[in-house]
Amino acid sequence: MLKNTLYDKLWNSHQVRTTAEGASVLYIDRHLVHEVTSPQAFEGLRIAGRKPWRVDSVLAVPDHNVPTTDRSVGISDPVARVQVETLDNNCVEFGLTEFKMDDPRQGIVHVVGPEAGATLPGMTVVCGDSHTSTHGALGALAFGIGTSEVEHVLATQCLIQQKSKNMLVRIDGQLRAGVSAKDMALAVIGEIGTAGGTGYAIEFGGEAVRALSIEGRMTLCNMTIEAGARAGMVAVDEKTIEYVRGRTYAPKGEQWEQAKAAWADLHSDDGAEFDRVVTLDGATIEPQVTWGTSPEMVLPVDGHVPRPEDEVDSVKRGNIERALTYMGLEGGQAITDIQLDKVFIGSCTNSRIEDLRDAAAVINGRKVAETINQALVVPGSGLVKRQAEAEGLDKLFIDAGFEWREPGCSMCLAMNADRLESGEHCASTSNRNFEGRQGQGGRTHLVSPAMAAAAAIAGHFVDVTKDNQGGV
Amino acid sequence: MDAFTTLDGLVVPLDRANVDTDAIIPKQFLKSVKRSGFGPNLFDEWRYLDRGEPDQDSSGRPLNSDFVLNQPRYSGAEILIARDNFGCGSSREHAVWALLDYGIRVVIAPSFADIFYNNCFKNGVLPFVLAADEVDRIFKEIEANEGYRLQVDLAAQHVTLPSGETMRFEIDNFRKECLLQGLDEIGLSLQHADAVRNYETKRKQDAPWLFSS
Ligand code: SF4
Repeated sequence: MLKNTLYDKLWNSHQVRTTAEGASVLYIDRHLVHEVTSPQAFEGLRIAGRKPWRVDSVLAVPDHNVPTTDRSVGISDPVARVQVETLDNNCVEFGLTEFKMDDPRQGIVHVVGPEAGATLPGMTVVCGDSHTSTHGALGALAFGIGTSEVEHVLATQCLIQQKSKNMLVRIDGQLRAGVSAKDMALAVIGEIGTAGGTGYAIEFGGEAVRALSIEGRMTLCNMTIEAGARAGMVAVDEKTIEYVRGRTYAPKGEQWEQAKAAWADLHSDDGAEFDRVVTLDGATIEPQVTWGTSPEMVLPVDGHVPRPEDEVDSVKRGNIERALTYMGLEGGQAITDIQLDKVFIGSCTNSRIEDLRDAAAVINGRKVAETINQALVVPGSGLVKRQAEAEGLDKLFIDAGFEWREPGCSMCLAMNADRLESGEHCASTSNRNFEGRQGQGGRTHLVSPAMAAAAAIAGHFVDVTKDNQGGV
Repeated sequence: MDAFTTLDGLVVPLDRANVDTDAIIPKQFLKSVKRSGFGPNLFDEWRYLDRGEPDQDSSGRPLNSDFVLNQPRYSGAEILIARDNFGCGSSREHAVWALLDYGIRVVIAPSFADIFYNNCFKNGVLPFVLAADEVDRIFKEIEANEGYRLQVDLAAQHVTLPSGETMRFEIDNFRKECLLQGLDEIGLSLQHADAVRNYETKRKQDAPWLFSS
């Protein structure tokens, strides 16, 4: 019998037809929409006099532009306000479900989708956002698309796609205490590079991946796009089923039983062939910190920033020199010597309840260092925020000197007022450290929630696996 | 979408790898609900010395004269050449809209990020891959020859250098046809609406929970 990978199975079950030129037309089960990449798509529909093909497949939520401070005053930035209102109006006009800014379920689209059960195993999930890869954690085929494709899916429920190649990233062994899914993601990117996954769909497997919670798997799949792959995924197991059970849009009753039976097949067949296999030993992964302006510029926390003169390839040497200049670092400097100005705990990578628990556990009664200008905690959704408050995490953060905010993308991309000033160094749990990403001239260091919390307290990076005052 | 067939254009070299879409069009300009008008803010943080804001007239802003797009010899360029992994990062199609609005119709690199590559085709911009050594050679030739132009022929899938030599590039047939004819992909897809309905009918039987929300 033909052996299929999980990606093959998901692809095959959604192929509507192939075009004369050999491209595949894929059916899309779930379309998530946010305010930044959708207005031009709705406008396109209007101009062409088209309607959404299947309104019940769409779930919209504003997240990028929303303020994370008091919501009752609305959005003060007029341009951002127009964009959020445009989403509201489009959803009304076309009859789409939206969790609006004042809805308790509002949050970052990639936190909201799985949380609402809108993302289910076996689905194809798209969104005009590259971090749609997150949803692959549930055994779905999920990938980001551009605005023209948003319009295409709205109008036809389909996308014309070329199939990617199969890559397996297998992480064996057990992670050490204090090492998390974020460190795994960064270690994988350090290993294969930011273009290593280009043209591939990545399945994550191995003991260390199986041991992750579903939220941890989301963190891992979230950053597949930083490894160059549009889609990342993990096979369905008992944890997946338990995660989905009872969520708002999850199947119920007889359909639940039927769905569960179908989902049991959502794994790669034994002996299925991958075009590329990468293996890592989970036990050797250390807490990771990025030092440069690309996620592949990453090192273990006890490492030293590279010296350009040690690099023989002139293009790479140029990249290192440019990154060091932008980041204001000296070649050879210890990662733990980098002084920080801000700390950001949030984003679709690390703003779920387990992330907040991890960060809170490190604080253990200590205070944010005097030298830190601002330390933000931005929960991924209103429901995450509520849960954290029920557990008293908000108090732990606030007592330590963190600000406790309303849900949204916030300083991950700094479209709202939350941003770095030029030259500031930030320990951030987000996913991109590009130049200017968190504010023009801002210097981002990507880390796990536990590492970010420890850095807030120390004022510089410390190895959380050795930080014996903390709770980890 | 405008068709793309051939182009004889001036080439601007952007000698960087991993040029991300945040750099191509910074986030503050994503607040626009339009598709046009992004050209003046293409590479905003590299191109200007001050911080750009949406809805601002960029014509009087201080330019970074070191940035390649600001050098007079590249003014009016329609072809951009860069290093590996061009267009990585965010899925924002605004990056392509900005390039197009500025006047770029062709992007050449040794590799592209998938989503950016795909977005180009939806907007009549042709991205193609040349081998790293070919790209390197073009960079050197540009450096040595002011007014360096390339002739791109999509139907023939090659680019002609000033010396008359050609370099071939690969492109899949579906994208090529759409671009050559400037086709409306949605209109094309809707011609096959029946196939989608048939798929849905079958799928509703096999997986009804996907249709019940
Ligand atoms: S949190 Fe950051 S990466 Fe995630 S969707 Fe928002 S802006 Fe994008």
